[in-house]
Amino acid sequence: MTEDHDDRQMNEFGFETRSIHAGAAPDPATGARNTPIYQTTSYVFDDVDHAASLFNLQTFGFIYSRLTNPTVAVLEERVASLEGGRAACAAGSGHAAQFLAFFSLLSPGDEFLVSKNLYGGSITQLGVSFKRLGWNAIFVDGTDPENFRRAMTPGCKAIFLEPLANPGGVVIDVETVAAIAHEAGIPLICDNTMATPYLWQPIQWGADIVIHSTTKFLSGHGTSMGGVVVESGKFDWNQNDKFPTMTQPDPAYHGLTFYETFGDFGFTMKARAVALRDFGPAMAPMNAFMTITGIETLPLRMDRHVANAQKVAEFLEDHPAVDWVSYAGLSSSPYRDLAEKYLPKGAGSVFTFGLKGGFDAGVRFVEACQLLSHLANVGDTRSLILHPASTTHRQLTDDQREAAGAGPEVMRISVGLETADDIIRDLDQALCA
Amino acid sequence: MPPLTYPDTLILRILNETTTIAMAGASANWVRPSNFAMKYLQQKGFRVIPVNPGSAGDLIHGETTYARLADIPDRFEMVDIFRNSDAAGAIVDEAIGIAPEKGIKFIWMQLGVRNDEAAARAEAAGLIVIMDRCPKIEFGRLHHELGWAGVNTGVISSKRPRLRL
Ligand SMILES: Cc1ncc(COP(=O)(O)O)c(C=O)c1O
Repeated sequence: MTEDHDDRQMNEFGFETRSIHAGAAPDPATGARNTPIYQTTSYVFDDVDHAASLFNLQTFGFIYSRLTNPTVAVLEERVASLEGGRAACAAGSGHAAQFLAFFSLLSPGDEFLVSKNLYGGSITQLGVSFKRLGWNAIFVDGTDPENFRRAMTPGCKAIFLEPLANPGGVVIDVETVAAIAHEAGIPLICDNTMATPYLWQPIQWGADIVIHSTTKFLSGHGTSMGGVVVESGKFDWNQNDKFPTMTQPDPAYHGLTFYETFGDFGFTMKARAVALRDFGPAMAPMNAFMTITGIETLPLRMDRHVANAQKVAEFLEDHPAVDWVSYAGLSSSPYRDLAEKYLPKGAGSVFTFGLKGGFDAGVRFVEACQLLSHLANVGDTRSLILHPASTTHRQLTDDQREAAGAGPEVMRISVGLETADDIIRDLDQALCA
Repeated sequence: MPPLTYPDTLILRILNETTTIAMAGASANWVRPSNFAMKYLQQKGFRVIPVNPGSAGDLIHGETTYARLADIPDRFEMVDIFRNSDAAGAIVDEAIGIAPEKGIKFIWMQLGVRNDEAAARAEAAGLIVIMDRCPKIEFGRLHHELGWAGVNTGVISSKRPRLRL
């Protein structure tokens, strides 16, 4: 810290300033102003004692890039700042980040509640693959928060949901669900990928852990896989005996007790020093660099994403080939009130609409698009189109597909940053094909 | 209880004006948080003197352990309390009694340790009190190290950081 340090604390800086600066001081060694890509696997120790201190987590510093890397660390601090969190741990993908979070919380035999309105890949990860590890997801219809209370069991260790869900244009009442989670003494985990912290900061509404697939809007240009887990620093892991992974000596770390030792960033330390260390899904420095660069323009991009999405949604709603549009920014949306409360800057740019012609019309339509790209991603500068029933949600049962808002007639669009009229023109010709 | 907030400039001033710390509740067991903090602060150039009646006379990280603050022969600016909030009261009172003689200026209570009555007594005696914070974490935060572990340091600056390694 220097004498010329400005005494304002970070939270007094605006969101745009933090999007550009949080975590990224000039490089101490060279003065490089932009964040260098530290493309290295490992870091020299000063001496044996320094090495021992680092391995024991007694000092801060770098050992090996599976654990920490200076470029990745900038991304972690930046997302933590933008979400209003205390600390963050990055991973190689959004799915890897979800794994780190759940591994740090759950033991075999534990249960957790999950909102059904989720990205299809998460339904499979949480509902099928996690089950093999003994982590049992209980799916509920999260559009009525009371369903979480009804489904609560004594063995429940967390509630997981997407506040703005992929793909359905569904908005969950996070404040009410957070209160239900806290009544049960468990954390609320939000996958905030679809809204981004620019549109919605779930920690402000009571979420305890926020997860991102940074692959989407944060990196923003369709270049780089990544994920991050953010902790609020506000959850008291000692309030009951449900979280031995945080409050009991950890045999994977010589009997260290993470909550006692690291306090309000103990969960992040645990996710990194145990889950990331032992399972290894680290983020590449290059991907961190691309994502940091993307985040610098997040506020500008999101403003344009939501403006374009609003125009496209209104166009589709009036189109004769379209049966319905599920975008929370439309006055026809049942989530309009929740969107006004939680998403005043706009309801994101990923939503669904239904074609009157059903499954076959869906297949014809995606194949006829010339400007929109037919692919399985969202949150790119480019507009993207997908028929979930034949792709991302293909492995689900009919019931699961319906519940996730991905029936046979459903199309998912991720509205990009092209000229709105060009997007609309391409949709129009494809709908008429 | 309302959350405690301390300006970064105050925390920095305390860390800059401290050379020697008496650590009440320092443990010889290396997995204990106090042992971590002691080793880290030593590496950053502080002298840390352990205080723990159960280990009096033993060496921890090369320093002799004393049973009580008053037994320490040298002067120290800070008392860092690694005991529970109730036990902190008696340590604060002991520190107030010997403050002029030992040069004590700062009382620091660790993460999770808070005793508002004891803090009021110390402040009335002219001492500066920090509660529910860890000097290791604060040092790391304000010297750009904590961000290496993904922690939101709250620091924004366009100046090249001067690391204190
Ligand atoms: C809402 C949501 N969460 C998580 C993921 C998974 O992220 P990743 O593909 O980076 O593993 C996705 C990917 O589509 C997503 O849309």
